[in-house]
Amino acid sequence: MFTTRRTVMAGAAAATGLRLIGTAYAQQKQIVIGEQCDRTGPTQLVGNVLCPAIMHYKDLINKQGGVEGYQIVINESDNQYQVPPAIEEYQREKEQGSVSIMLYGTPQTEALAPRLDADKIPGTCPGFGPASAANGARMPYVFPIAATYWSQAAAAIQYVKQRLGGDLHGKKIGYLFYDNPAGHEPMPVLQKLQAMEGFDLRTFAVPPPGIEVSAQALDISQRYRPDFVVMHVFGRAPSVALKALRGAGYSLDKVLGFVWASAEADIEAAGGYGAVQGYHTMQFAGVGDDYPVRQQIKAMFKANGQSPPAAMDSTVYYNRGLLDAALHIEAIRQALLKNGGQQPTGSDVQQGFQAIRNFDLGGLVPPLEITDTDHEGGGWVQLYQVKGNALVKETPWFRGYRDVVIKMIETAA
Amino acid sequence: MFYREAGVFKTSYAADMALYPLPVSRWGMGVALALLAVIVPLVASAYVLTILNLILVAVVGAIGLNILTGCTGQISIGQGAFMAVGAYTAANLIVRLHAPFWITLPAAGAMTALVGTIVGIPSLRIKGLYLTIATLAAQFIIEWLINHVTWISGGIQATIQMPPPVIFGYQIHTQAEFYVFLLAFAVLATVAAKNLIRSRWGRAFIAVRDQDIAAELIGINIFHTKLISFAISSFYAGVAGALYSYYLGIANYEQFQIDVSIDYLAMIIIGGLGSITGSILGAAFITLLPVVTRRVLEAVGGMFSAGIDVSGMLPELRLILFGTLIIVFLMAEPEGLDRLWRNVRNYFRTWPFSY
Repeated sequence: MFTTRRTVMAGAAAATGLRLIGTAYAQQKQIVIGEQCDRTGPTQLVGNVLCPAIMHYKDLINKQGGVEGYQIVINESDNQYQVPPAIEEYQREKEQGSVSIMLYGTPQTEALAPRLDADKIPGTCPGFGPASAANGARMPYVFPIAATYWSQAAAAIQYVKQRLGGDLHGKKIGYLFYDNPAGHEPMPVLQKLQAMEGFDLRTFAVPPPGIEVSAQALDISQRYRPDFVVMHVFGRAPSVALKALRGAGYSLDKVLGFVWASAEADIEAAGGYGAVQGYHTMQFAGVGDDYPVRQQIKAMFKANGQSPPAAMDSTVYYNRGLLDAALHIEAIRQALLKNGGQQPTGSDVQQGFQAIRNFDLGGLVPPLEITDTDHEGGGWVQLYQVKGNALVKETPWFRGYRDVVIKMIETAA
Repeated sequence: MFYREAGVFKTSYAADMALYPLPVSRWGMGVALALLAVIVPLVASAYVLTILNLILVAVVGAIGLNILTGCTGQISIGQGAFMAVGAYTAANLIVRLHAPFWITLPAAGAMTALVGTIVGIPSLRIKGLYLTIATLAAQFIIEWLINHVTWISGGIQATIQMPPPVIFGYQIHTQAEFYVFLLAFAVLATVAAKNLIRSRWGRAFIAVRDQDIAAELIGINIFHTKLISFAISSFYAGVAGALYSYYLGIANYEQFQIDVSIDYLAMIIIGGLGSITGSILGAAFITLLPVVTRRVLEAVGGMFSAGIDVSGMLPELRLILFGTLIIVFLMAEPEGLDRLWRNVRNYFRTWPFSY
């Protein structure tokens, strides 16, 4: 007779679901975006900064009159970096009428990608998700909108080449990576470039949960002695790795971290700016406070009699949240311009994403050109170096070996 | 539930062993199943069906683990890895060999049963917590293998896209279709497990759990029994993993990590160790609790949200509520939801003349 109980539970769930769909979203002239976040899971340090930024940007836009007369509604849900909640929340966001989804997490993106294509709702995965999702012809509704791990690897090698005098023949590069699929992802690019440029590549795996890197650091500094180290680690591993490399006597001026090893929080956890002088970080959004949009958000808080929230101090993740929100809203604007201001559908917004040009948000967003085949928008990155007490801009927006990366994206299954 | 026997008039062993001795409960079960299979997919929204589908997959996995941990007393925290084995077996078969769906599912189960049996070998020598650590090792070894052997994982991203299952030429796509599909397997798994527990093997499992030396003295081969329990349990896990991957459309080992194993252990502990009904209740409980707490907190948070940023606080509160509820349930009824359910049933059985 267990079924009786289950029917009751199903009924309760149904009632809850129906009530939620009916809540206050019936107001006029609204456009709904679904947002997934990780507030309590393994990447909560990122989520608790990135997700408020998205809401603040939305508030700012709504306060300025919205988008072409529409107010933006963003519904956030916490997927805890797990797949079942991500699926459940996606379904709810769909029923709330979301025209686009901000995805969160690589496994979650992989699980939701087929659904986005089937439901014709565009979703963005800046800085994570499979690199092959940059192929707009294969996954028309998934938009990385920022440099994927493949582009990051190519840009890293480009930078190292320039640093080491323009020729990598006979040079040694170490690749320190988190031992999971995301960590493995850049490897084909690195191997291809190794064959092209003739450098020596050795990989050093950091097993999850990435809190012990001293053996790898010793291996790097004492045995392999590479000319440069490219580091692709997440979570607590970046700070641990930086500490270990420094402790093993390896100069951090010869270390370049990928986008999830590059925030203020990582630097502070590694012992503060003084401890990681010279470390190079890769960024897909601008870093620092010096952007008009951040000043506008601060002014908005001031006008409400509030002080700017603490999340704003963590500029790396906060600005990435701004980038994600801004591109969604810009895509909606493009969609509205195209369809004459009617309530847009998911397909309209997908077209809108592919129409994004010359949108740089005062330099915070790279010169993206999202097309129907390139959903990455060009794969632009910027390097910031730890100098004194700050992350100092080291290069303008650049990318490396674009032809190689594009060929890989096209051939990826 | 709201009926009473007029007395015990059993005249054969078959009648005594029947799962549903009374016609009314047989009919009740039939009606309930029909309701679940026909009415629910017609009336429930896609969102509700999504949650139900996740529960149905969890039911299959939880029953499997309960056969091993609840009935045979061998604690395992390798459930997630076993599910991953099933997922990747099915994915490789369907993508590389274009095997039909009907072959991939039993093959996933069989492969996982093989792996589970190997993992179960130490159970002859070690018991309790020590065996738990051995299964934990299995969890990490299997994860590592999938992560590093691209022949299994289909590439360095360790993700294999899976086509939707095709049954009798019909492709399963929508949530409602998946619901009926998964319900069929959940019912099959439940019926099979119910019967297994009442069989010679099932009794042997329980004898081994309760006192293995006594079991050996009455002629049960402990090693065989334990290995068969591992094999059957892993078969269930493999099928659950394959079903889950079919449902998601991808096989990805990051969905089968240690936290999944812990979740399944929580399901059977909260549901009731050694009880099939408990597995189902536990699977529903652990899957629904985060959803319900989230909705309740959102509803409550909405009332107070004026001027305060609660969005950052709600997820934390949810974690607190989740933990508290599990503790409260276990304190109220240490034998799990199944016992709670039986208490309610027994109370109403004689109500209002309960003395």
